[in-house]
Amino acid sequence: MKGKTVTRVDLCEAVYQKVGLSRTESSALVELVLKEITDSLERGETVKLSSFGSFVVRKKGRRIGRNPKTGREVPISPRRVMVFKPSAILKQRINSPNGGAAT
Amino acid sequence: MIKSELVQRVATQNPHLYQRDVENIVNAILGEIVGALARGDRVELRGFGAFSVKNRPARTGRNPRTGAHVSVDQKFVPLFKTGKEMRERLNRAEG
Repeated sequence: MKGKTVTRVDLCEAVYQKVGLSRTESSALVELVLKEITDSLERGETVKLSSFGSFVVRKKGRRIGRNPKTGREVPISPRRVMVFKPSAILKQRINSPNGGAAT
Repeated sequence: MIKSELVQRVATQNPHLYQRDVENIVNAILGEIVGALARGDRVELRGFGAFSVKNRPARTGRNPRTGAHVSVDQKFVPLFKTGKEMRERLNRAEG
C-alpha cells in the first residue's frame, strides 16, 4: 500500500476548484462541514450521508480486559465508540475496475 | 442527521450562499474522499479520523447450507479509524 495521503488541504482544494469560492472560504466551509458532523455524533446521533456511508455511535458496556503483555486483568469502563458503515455505492466504487484500489 | 440536514445547517450559518452551493460543497468533500479511496489512497482528517482501504485476498469459501466450495474473489474494503480527539469527545459528556 503506497499512495498518498489525502488531507484537509486536498478537500479545500476540491471545494475551491468545484464551487468557485475563495481558498479561505473553502477552507472555512470544510471545517464547518466537519464540525457539524462531529457535533452531531457527539450528541449521539447517527450521521447518514447518502452514497457515502453512515457514522453510528455505539455504547459499549463495562467489561474486563486483559493486558496482553502482563496477562493482568483490567476493567474497561463503559464508553461510546463510533463506527463507519460504508454505503454500497462506496464499496462498489472502491472495487470498480477503473479507479479501483487495484494492484 | 442526514445529508440534507447537514446542508441545511451549514447553509443557515452562511446566508450569503445558495443552498445549492452548500450541497455542491458537501458533495465535493465527500467526492474527494471517495475518489481518494478508489485510487487506494488514505484520507486523514486530524481530529476526526482516517479512512483507508484494505485488501481482502481471494479465498475459497463454503456455502454454509450446502457445504459446497465457492471461490471468493479478492476485494477492497473501506476502513475508518476514529481519531484521538473524536474518541475523547465521544466520552467527554457522558462517562
